Amino acid sequence: MTKAITLALSLLAVPAWADWQVNMNEGVTAISREVFDLHMLIFWICVAIGIAVFGVMFYSIFKFRKSKGAVAEHWHENTTVEVLWTVIPFVILIGMAVPATATLMDMYDTSEADVDIQITGYQWKWRYQYLDEDIDFFSNLSTPREEIMNAQAKNANYLLEVDNPLVIPANKKVRFLITANDVIHSWWVPHFAVKKDAIPGFINESWVKVEEPGVYRGQCTELCGKDHGFMPVVVEVKSEEDYAKWVADQKAMKLAMAGEASKQFSMDELLAKGEGVYQATCAGCHQLNGQGIPGAFPAITGSSIATGSIDGHIDIVVNGKAGTAMQAFKEQLSAVDIAAVVTYQRNALGNSVGDMVQPSAIQK
Amino acid sequence: MATVDVDLPHVKDDDPHHHGPAKGLGRWLFTTNHKDIGSMYLIFSLCMFMIGGIMALIIRAELFQPGLQLVEPNFFNQMTTMHGLIMVFGAVMPAFVGLANWMIPMQIGAPDMALPRMNNWSFWILPFAFLILLSSLFMPGGAPNFGWTFYAPLSTTYAPESVTFFIFGVHIMGASSIMGAINIIATILNMRAPGMTLMKMPMFTWTWLITAFLLIAVMPVLAGVVTMMLMDIHFGTSFFNAAGGGDPVLFQHVFWFFGHPEVYIMILPAFGIISEIIPTFARKRLFGYSSMVYAVASIALLSFVVWAHHMFTVGMPLVGEVFFMFATMLIAVPTGVKVFNWVATMFRGSMTFETPMLFAIAFVVLFTIGGFSGLMLAIAPADFQYHDTYFVVAHFHYVLVPGAIFSIMAAAYYWLPKWTGHQLNETMGKVHFWLSFVGVNITFFPMHFVGLAGMPRRIPDYALQFADFNSMASVGAFIFGFSQLVFIYNIIQNVRVGEKATAQVWEGAHGLEWTVPSPAPYHTFSTPPKVD
Repeated sequence: MTKAITLALSLLAVPAWADWQVNMNEGVTAISREVFDLHMLIFWICVAIGIAVFGVMFYSIFKFRKSKGAVAEHWHENTTVEVLWTVIPFVILIGMAVPATATLMDMYDTSEADVDIQITGYQWKWRYQYLDEDIDFFSNLSTPREEIMNAQAKNANYLLEVDNPLVIPANKKVRFLITANDVIHSWWVPHFAVKKDAIPGFINESWVKVEEPGVYRGQCTELCGKDHGFMPVVVEVKSEEDYAKWVADQKAMKLAMAGEASKQFSMDELLAKGEGVYQATCAGCHQLNGQGIPGAFPAITGSSIATGSIDGHIDIVVNGKAGTAMQAFKEQLSAVDIAAVVTYQRNALGNSVGDMVQPSAIQK
Repeated sequence: MATVDVDLPHVKDDDPHHHGPAKGLGRWLFTTNHKDIGSMYLIFSLCMFMIGGIMALIIRAELFQPGLQLVEPNFFNQMTTMHGLIMVFGAVMPAFVGLANWMIPMQIGAPDMALPRMNNWSFWILPFAFLILLSSLFMPGGAPNFGWTFYAPLSTTYAPESVTFFIFGVHIMGASSIMGAINIIATILNMRAPGMTLMKMPMFTWTWLITAFLLIAVMPVLAGVVTMMLMDIHFGTSFFNAAGGGDPVLFQHVFWFFGHPEVYIMILPAFGIISEIIPTFARKRLFGYSSMVYAVASIALLSFVVWAHHMFTVGMPLVGEVFFMFATMLIAVPTGVKVFNWVATMFRGSMTFETPMLFAIAFVVLFTIGGFSGLMLAIAPADFQYHDTYFVVAHFHYVLVPGAIFSIMAAAYYWLPKWTGHQLNETMGKVHFWLSFVGVNITFFPMHFVGLAGMPRRIPDYALQFADFNSMASVGAFIFGFSQLVFIYNIIQNVRVGEKATAQVWEGAHGLEWTVPSPAPYHTFSTPPKVD
């Protein structure tokens, strides 16, 4: 019966005009389709009850008006009717609870996963660690600031695009271990029907098995501070061969990065690189011009740290400041990036200390 | 107890039972009169409704189009937080307390509230609570920006410094609510007119009696949770900090143990109001009075065992999810009974459609729609898709705006002639109703769609596919917001001028409040009436 309902409603589910989408996505996994069917089942039960109740009500409103000469009757109790309309909804509810519980049990079965990925929420980005592969990277919003500030036309994936998407293989059971580094976040991909809170200090589990390769987009769904609206989730599902190739590429890249860290950079190279890192990583709080937000995020311009001892400056970038939004960036940024951004902050944004630091001097 | 005189020795009056109000500002500062205090609660609530409404319009203006146009994300978060706090604690709750102050003594034939001085105190601390809360907007770092649910650790370790002021504000509001609730229970249990047994009480009084018990049960829990926050922030405890052995999810459990009954605190008195208005304008007794009382009582009891349905995504064990899903679904049964009873009251009645009745009918329809989406949200596996999206925003605005707020407006129109002694301006009332009705639906119905399509709540900017419905919602919000000016104008006009109202006011009205003249004298039922 739910199948028939789904078919009948496929018009609503897959609208031609995506902008006026009115219903939930059916999704791309067995679980997400189960959830969708459940959603439609309950929706139609509500519609049926609504038609019955509002039908009687509007019939009464039109039929029993004083202006039409209606005279009120005097009854105001009927035990049979009252018992009936207590028992019947109860039975309907049991009908809803049975399939709902079955779906819930499927969702909670995280056993026998093929791939394990730890997902960590940060203010305001996601970190993906492949537990069996030694792959570890951060995923940041890649929508340009100009589009958000309306200085540029918005692209089709506005706010739903990242620099490094999570990559998973198709047709494999992928288990997610979800946690957070600072505040509570929530990791959601509507097409997988997976939404789990990322809670600092605790690990939640969830899983997905996607049949078809493709790109699926979602967002953080737990208010996590200023840029809660700007930390999307993008998952790229690749075929098994493509996934294996991607894993190999990631490992090769990691080796290349390690080589970079021992190179010597000129001041100009560091400043140029540092500007990019600053805008992507620091400007969210400290602002593009380095002025910060008074009372919430301190300024870089003229700050005692950015104009003081360079070791202290490196230390706060590498290790963060406990109890504040200032994170430890040692895991998020490479030694090259940290050297570049520290040099940039000391010699730009209105500061001109004049010193610089090489990647090889960054002690992580 | 029932015949305590409000005899003030310093008042030199021939008849101390019928002296008028004191003159000047002192009347309002020192009053112990339930009608004066009721009016102050209602006016205060209207002011808060407008302030919270302006915040809502700032939110909707920013969301009119994708991109950031008007406000910074941090200020946007302050607006969503303050809008929620002000509407819940400043607009809806004080409005119901105001109505209780005015109507409960008049409905049960009591001369005043049981504890008049405490009544004055519980009102007068409220403006200070909200001054503290609102002043945080001007503090360095800004106002609270962690949502009205203030989940830790965003509201502790990562909060702006103004969070301490927020905590004290909440403490004061809580104290006010607890005192108000004690007063209402004491009044209802001790001061009913001879012959008015519990099962003869008007529904509004009944729902408030139950609501008052809910308040006493959960406001201390709210005070507890904000105190735990205070300890975490300033005194080095780690209730909600995993690094110190605490648990951020503990916050949510404690908060929602308060929060879910709180939701019913905001809707049970509305049920009472609607149960008064529909029989009046259907000219037929309320269908199933006793089942209505039992339904309210069972909703109140169930409200204590469903709190974790707000937390289906925190990673509870399977058995926890199943328990809270079943318990939540169960609430649909007594709620359904109420709706069926209202419809049965209308069936074979003799209906007219004055402004209070229009609001009451809209309440039944739109609250039921909010109830349906509530039932959908109760289904845990489907809730994973709905949770923290605009579908939830649509749901709770349907039960709170055309639910609680419409019931308050219905009550205002229904009892205003009794308070001011002037008949309503029906035309203006109907204009206000239709503008509000259309505005509310244009605002909140599209939110179901964007929520299902995947738009999270509490975001200042959104992906392009949500743009059309969001601009629609913003237009609706401005229609709804500005149509409240008609309401305010209508009230002011009604206080000043208008055709003289009779004691009966509405043809089909029954109850003790309609036996006293309009406007109700400063002191009513100094001699208790007899109820058969």
